[in-house]
Amino acid sequence: MQNVAADLAQMLGAERVLWEQEHLVTYGFDGTAALYGEAGCIALPKTTEEVSQIVRYAAKHRIPVVTRGSGTGLSGGSVPVPGCIVLCLVQMDRVLELDPKNLTVVTQKVAELAEAAGLLYPPDPGSMRISTIGGNVAENSGGLRGLKYGVTRDYVMGLEVVLADSETVVFGNKCVKDVEGYSMKDIFIGSEGTLGIITKVLLQLVPKPAAKKTLLATFSEMDAAAETVSAIIAAKIIPCTLEFLDKITIRCVEEYAHVGLPLDAEAVLLMETDGHPAVVQEEAQQMAEIARRHGASTVQVAQTSEEATRLSTARRVAFSALARVSPTTILEDATVPRSELANMIRFIQQVAARYEVAVGTFGHMGDGNLHPTFLTDEKNAAEMARVEKAMTEIFEYAVKLGGTITGEHGVGLAKKAFLPKAIGDASLGLMRRLKRTLDPDNLLNPGKIFD
Amino acid sequence: MPTPEELHEAAVRIGRSNPQGRGGASKYLKRLDYSVLQQCIHCGMCLPTCPTYDETKLERNSPRGRIALMRRVADGQLEVTQAFGQELYFCLGCLTCETVCPAGVRYGEMFEHARADIEQAGVMRNPQRDLVRELTLRWLFTRPQALRAVGRLLRLYQASGLESLVRRLKLTALLPSRLRALESLTPRVKRQFSDALIRPVETPADQKHRVGLLTGCVQDLVFSHVNRDTADALLANGCEVVTPRAQSCCGSIHAHNGELELARQMARRTLDAFDLDRLDAIITNAAGCGTHLKNYGHLLHDDPVYAKRAAQWSAKLRDIHEWLAEIGIRAPAASTPQTVTYHDACHLCHGQKITRQPRQVLAAIPGLKLVELPESTWCCGSAGIYNITQPEMSQKLLGRKISNIEKTGTAVVASANPGCSIQLQAGLGQASKAWRIVHPISLLAEAYREGLK
Repeated sequence: MQNVAADLAQMLGAERVLWEQEHLVTYGFDGTAALYGEAGCIALPKTTEEVSQIVRYAAKHRIPVVTRGSGTGLSGGSVPVPGCIVLCLVQMDRVLELDPKNLTVVTQKVAELAEAAGLLYPPDPGSMRISTIGGNVAENSGGLRGLKYGVTRDYVMGLEVVLADSETVVFGNKCVKDVEGYSMKDIFIGSEGTLGIITKVLLQLVPKPAAKKTLLATFSEMDAAAETVSAIIAAKIIPCTLEFLDKITIRCVEEYAHVGLPLDAEAVLLMETDGHPAVVQEEAQQMAEIARRHGASTVQVAQTSEEATRLSTARRVAFSALARVSPTTILEDATVPRSELANMIRFIQQVAARYEVAVGTFGHMGDGNLHPTFLTDEKNAAEMARVEKAMTEIFEYAVKLGGTITGEHGVGLAKKAFLPKAIGDASLGLMRRLKRTLDPDNLLNPGKIFD
Repeated sequence: MPTPEELHEAAVRIGRSNPQGRGGASKYLKRLDYSVLQQCIHCGMCLPTCPTYDETKLERNSPRGRIALMRRVADGQLEVTQAFGQELYFCLGCLTCETVCPAGVRYGEMFEHARADIEQAGVMRNPQRDLVRELTLRWLFTRPQALRAVGRLLRLYQASGLESLVRRLKLTALLPSRLRALESLTPRVKRQFSDALIRPVETPADQKHRVGLLTGCVQDLVFSHVNRDTADALLANGCEVVTPRAQSCCGSIHAHNGELELARQMARRTLDAFDLDRLDAIITNAAGCGTHLKNYGHLLHDDPVYAKRAAQWSAKLRDIHEWLAEIGIRAPAASTPQTVTYHDACHLCHGQKITRQPRQVLAAIPGLKLVELPESTWCCGSAGIYNITQPEMSQKLLGRKISNIEKTGTAVVASANPGCSIQLQAGLGQASKAWRIVHPISLLAEAYREGLK
């Protein structure tokens, strides 16, 4: 591999190519539990031209290329294929243009830039403080605001992509309406680095909402929480946040953060509405009433921003609280239509009991995106096998309910085995044909999503 | 000031260095409870908060990257190489990663064990480094009397005018560049040390508590007045102050630099100096020491003689701000109008999670206006002896800190760690600023004295 590293060093300079063992180990994983692969070398390009040059070199020598941003993915999408070139794009982090007249920003990185201009870039995945915008687009990342604001795809207006043959193409523009042929950018959004390498992104921004109100409701029955969610939607309120914690998560959160949640509660709902102050005020009152009417044991409405922060703590620390319990934390994202949420949550609890594995579930109740979180130990082979079985059942049930095996984490390596059943042969076949067309030598992130 | 490119080059150079055929198996990491190593879920939340990763954007220079390496070493899949050693000494040990880690990873513990492995394997050894470590860690910092004697000599050099003569004649230019940098960092040694300033027992008229006071080593030489101020603040708040004579270094410098056995020796010696049963609390005013002192219980947990006392010690140990906030701060009578900003020492805010209490201390001073410092919890680059061992990175962080201080528009910077204070003082010198670097407790003690006038 030193030859490859030496050749790449000729292109980029020695300081932007890493091949020593002590470096390779640290690029062998992303945010996914128990997945590891060792690259041949790591390349750190700074420009689209450099990316194209590297891809041309890799194509010529038939070396796989695995693109990586900050490596926070949760399905193993950027875990190296043995011997590959890892194309790490963290140094391509310039914001090239912010256009407040057209509410767009051309960027290689999500920044707090929009905020400074009084605008909002709504997608807020848990990794938003470090993840790169290229990675977000490649995984079509979600976040807490999906119900009202949608996901990354809904904000991508244009892309620059380096293809497997090293050609650079640009899709989209600043026009809201654009029907020039196929919507090619949409093929690359969520493609997990298997179709091309995203080097520039043109994002749409929205005006920052003037006001926000936060509520926290606790329930002694799961169904009551689910019915509350349905009733809120039926009342034509679209909250920006509608988050949920189950019993195990509540206990872990309380033990860790002492936020005052009742330990006998079956469910906690965190609700937020944003927009015009008058509307926000009215919707908050309505949501509180709906929650009470559907049997909430307590409903707290934050009166100050400090109180809002305190209430949202329960949800914010959910993952931390669970991650502390066991050595290995496997975060899943089975997603179902909203109407099936209570069913799905109950099923997860039954499966966990049946396989004797600890699962805490929290997630985005408003958009049906759940995070069943397995608390286990990768060194315990017997338990890991039971986790695997439980997970399979959960995925199958989600599909049965008309849902998806992954709402926002992507397929990568972690959910590859479950994909054929979930989407069917015809759909998978078409994906394969598309992959072969764009990457005939199978060099871009091979073995991810499907083989 | 090095450019980002130069820094990057330095970081890469560290990566490039050849293990030179020397390496070794792990002894310390291997013995560490495996669950500590396993706790990292490599989610990457630590990346944006790590000062070294922020500069280089290389995974290896991040907490999760270092943990991956340490885990490999513990598993025996990676030898303790020189590159491993350089990486763990490139880490500041600022513990910001512990604050943001969702999984509660105990990075500090891993890091100390890794450095112990590195010293054990000898992969970083060279004659100059060996000599410096022998003279400082093994000799100077284990002998309180010798340390104070050296302090007195240094004082003589500084106060006699010899130092300014040497500087005027530019004789320092004869020193190797690294020593030259060190020379400019040399703090001013005080005329009197703590034992001369504080009586063994001082009792207030309205005594409610009895506490032991740690006077430290560097703190004692360079900031003995802060120790006096701490005693005064304690007395003003109804605490009898018991100050054992000729105290030793607490061993934090040893633990942070791969000398865990020496650290244990120093801990035992410090424990012996205090009659724990008769004290409500043990007070420290140095953040870096505080984190380590609170860890005595863990450090000596399998010591047949000291384990129990060490646990008791950890339970009673308090940072001065923490203690005052706990017992309620008596507001000084007089108003002392001034605008102050506060720098959070890493080992106070990350090591001990103490951020509120120092601000409470400052807020208790009538007339004092606190202006928050942007990025107040970002390391200043002092990091123990990091400013000596990694001058480039340290300078970069110091520059960032100084420019943040400039943004506050204040001329007084409160800082509760001797290392930070020396570093900030050096930074002010470089930036030709006449700011005042002061311990929050000194401001409080001044206000009490003002009230007595």
